[in-house]
Amino acid sequence: MIALATCAIKMENVTKRFGKVVANNHINLELREGEILSLLGENGSGKTTLMNQLSGIYFPDEGQIYVHDRPVTIASPKDAFDCGIGMIHQHFKLVDVFTATENIVLGLEGEGKFDLRAAGARIAEICERYGFDIKPDQKIYDMSVSQKQTVEIVKVLYRGADILILDEPTAVLTPQETDKLFDIMRAMKRDGKSLIIITHKLHEVLDVSDRVAVLRKGEYIGDVLTKDADQQSLTDMMVGHSVTLNIDRPAPQNPRPRLELRNLTVYDELGVKRLDDVSFTAMSGEILGVAGVAGSGQKELLESIAGLYPVHSGQIVFHRPDGGGSTNLVGMDPLDIKRTGVGMAFVPEDRLGMGLVGSMGMTGNMMLRSYRKGRSPFVDRKQPEGLAASIWKELEVVTPSTAFPVRRMSGGNVQKVLVGREIAQEPAVLLSAYAVRGLDINTSYTIYNLLTAEKMKGVAVVYVGEDLDVLLELCDRLVVLCGGQVSGVVDARTTTKEEVGLLMTQHRKEGA
Amino acid sequence: MAKLHSHEPAILMSKRGELLPTWKSWGIRVIGFLLSLIVSGVVIMLVSGLNPAAVFATMLDGAIGTTKRSWVTVRDAMTLLCIAVGLAPAFKMRFWNIGAEGQILVGGIATAACMIYLRSLPPLLLVLVMICASMAAGGVWGFFPGLFKARWNTNETLFTLMMNYIAIQLTSFFVALWENPFGSNSVGVINSQNKQGWLPNLLSDGYNKDFGWNVIIVLAVTLVMYLYMNHSKHGYEISVIGDSENTARYAGIRVNHAYVRTIVLSGAICGLAGFVAVSGASHTISTSTAGGRGFTAIIVAWLAQFNSVVMIVFSFLLVFLQKGAQAIASSYNLSQEVSEMITGIILFFLLGSEFFVNYTIRFNKGRGANK
Repeated sequence: MIALATCAIKMENVTKRFGKVVANNHINLELREGEILSLLGENGSGKTTLMNQLSGIYFPDEGQIYVHDRPVTIASPKDAFDCGIGMIHQHFKLVDVFTATENIVLGLEGEGKFDLRAAGARIAEICERYGFDIKPDQKIYDMSVSQKQTVEIVKVLYRGADILILDEPTAVLTPQETDKLFDIMRAMKRDGKSLIIITHKLHEVLDVSDRVAVLRKGEYIGDVLTKDADQQSLTDMMVGHSVTLNIDRPAPQNPRPRLELRNLTVYDELGVKRLDDVSFTAMSGEILGVAGVAGSGQKELLESIAGLYPVHSGQIVFHRPDGGGSTNLVGMDPLDIKRTGVGMAFVPEDRLGMGLVGSMGMTGNMMLRSYRKGRSPFVDRKQPEGLAASIWKELEVVTPSTAFPVRRMSGGNVQKVLVGREIAQEPAVLLSAYAVRGLDINTSYTIYNLLTAEKMKGVAVVYVGEDLDVLLELCDRLVVLCGGQVSGVVDARTTTKEEVGLLMTQHRKEGA
Repeated sequence: MAKLHSHEPAILMSKRGELLPTWKSWGIRVIGFLLSLIVSGVVIMLVSGLNPAAVFATMLDGAIGTTKRSWVTVRDAMTLLCIAVGLAPAFKMRFWNIGAEGQILVGGIATAACMIYLRSLPPLLLVLVMICASMAAGGVWGFFPGLFKARWNTNETLFTLMMNYIAIQLTSFFVALWENPFGSNSVGVINSQNKQGWLPNLLSDGYNKDFGWNVIIVLAVTLVMYLYMNHSKHGYEISVIGDSENTARYAGIRVNHAYVRTIVLSGAICGLAGFVAVSGASHTISTSTAGGRGFTAIIVAWLAQFNSVVMIVFSFLLVFLQKGAQAIASSYNLSQEVSEMITGIILFFLLGSEFFVNYTIRFNKGRGANK
């Protein structure tokens, strides 16, 4: 049966380069009619780039694409729709103040007067067929993340897509929502649609797909039927060799309370509570992991500590390493914190939008932390230039010069610059948010080692992460956030993934 | 099968992987400039049937044909440069200060007021007072949009633009107040007898003696601002804020404070340009004292990418084009618009060359045909 199935999509020798980087190197990929194909690969392995060539965002440098065995040229998203290909992007492209229906029909061309009611009826019909739980006239801002995603799916179905590409759809979902999404995907498959799901979560691959295609560093490694695969074999294909993470985790030495959060509560601009009575203590000489589903208050937590987010109530107490007393950081801005002599380093999630100045080179970015030094009104470039040169060398940053704008470096190099600078401050507290997001394995390990080295120097390291395996192997203790509350603090050495996963989705008032 | 490739893009563009060496990027810009001359030559021929070489020669003659003309070109270029240097910090911070016109005017009013009411002061002291007064006036004109932006996040583009209209009305008021002679509806040349408050001449060519010091003052300001923007802590903060406000906050820069400080500085230098225009050139004040230069200077600042020293080149270029344009308009009976077309063509090519500095282009030769 499978042998007879024709291909919904066939990509032949597709190559895409960005400057000198080969993002996709002569890829041959097939999506068979009526199957769910997982496209598996690490961050930066070229999955999204490949799919963007199907959805008309990028155009291949070489190669040919066939849809339902017909050769096609997809030069724009409109071409993709004409081929019946619809992509659901990681970042939703919806207008908040519009209803689901309005968003779905937005941009469609048609003859004569537009009949919004008829459109609504058709949308309701699609929803019923696949079991979507959205109301066509609900506004987007009233929706949960998973409902917004559903709108995106309905949008492409409404446009007649029979090939759907989902780019890391589960990254923003809770486990329950993920299960529901997978049910929907199976329903679509039964209806004759062909689907590609991009992910790097192995259990999801095994759960939902019929076949798995693996990319590694822009190369097509191969494909395997899901029923013949298991976590181990897929990991081997994905990373090339079998990895147990094996992150070196020495025992904390002489841990002392360094940063103590007491009943921290913050509200965002819209008055929504983002952190709710959060209390925990980060100790010197340990890595404290912060786990949680995306958007559980991680960003607000770190930014509050760094003096970048208004605190409603509670205390953030810094205990000086030399036993020189304690300081409450609430109400201070980053400059106050610096002037009080609190050594605080912060590797924010938004590297180029917050941690670095994209248009400047490494030297200019080193100055961000040191330019105030000295009483002269002029800046000293010598010392930051030296620091830039040593980070360039020691962390093996790939850049033509220390003057080359960091915005034009690759993600891993950008992160090395940022982490290198923050560590060079010799901080007492090091906050990091998603420090290895988008980085390849090697760079990730560089970062793990740097963080562990800081821990051994007696720094209190706070590591907000998303990959549970890493959190469990890198950190000493874990704080689990759920909906802005601490749902538990566990020992990373003894806890299990299941326990943490449970805490991530369970509100437990009496936790902490 | 090949037909299916009909709307495949023929040209692929990508960002350059490394920085071009300085000589290469300037080479591209010079080529762009030469191309613009060729294209404007063709356009001139097509629309007027004139010999482009003769037209360019007339432009050259109009701008620097005589000593007097050269001096006027220098003088106007200096005024334009002063405004551009003033605008640069604001724009580099992504504060869209389109209120230079108003800032020049209030600077000019303050200068004229000093010339009229303080004419009995010793000459040197008077000039110093005028400089301070013009900068203070321009600074105040910058302060309010800056404060409102910092406090309530108002739109600085609209705010500074509206401040221009207030400044124009104020100028009209003072022109009426200081009208001389009565009924002329103008202020006339102030202190034409004793030249009190006129910038003294540095060089004398025996004919027109009132330039000299403009050049020194403006070049000094340019140099100081170059150091300020590129080597001072404030200048560094401005660059960071211009790139990302969030990064600035993260680095502990007090963004609101920096906004107000920078806009006051920007306004003050534009106010100083008002002083240069009034005390150094026209010796009078009218609603046309700014004369659109507050907007032209925006082009200068951007073309030079906020590098004050490079702005010297571009302010000369723009004033040169203006003067040349006036010359061809009068000697060939062409309308002023033709000259503006030429300016437009040249600017288009100069801006266009920035694209080639930052991007590489690859042509998609013969793809699809061999499939």
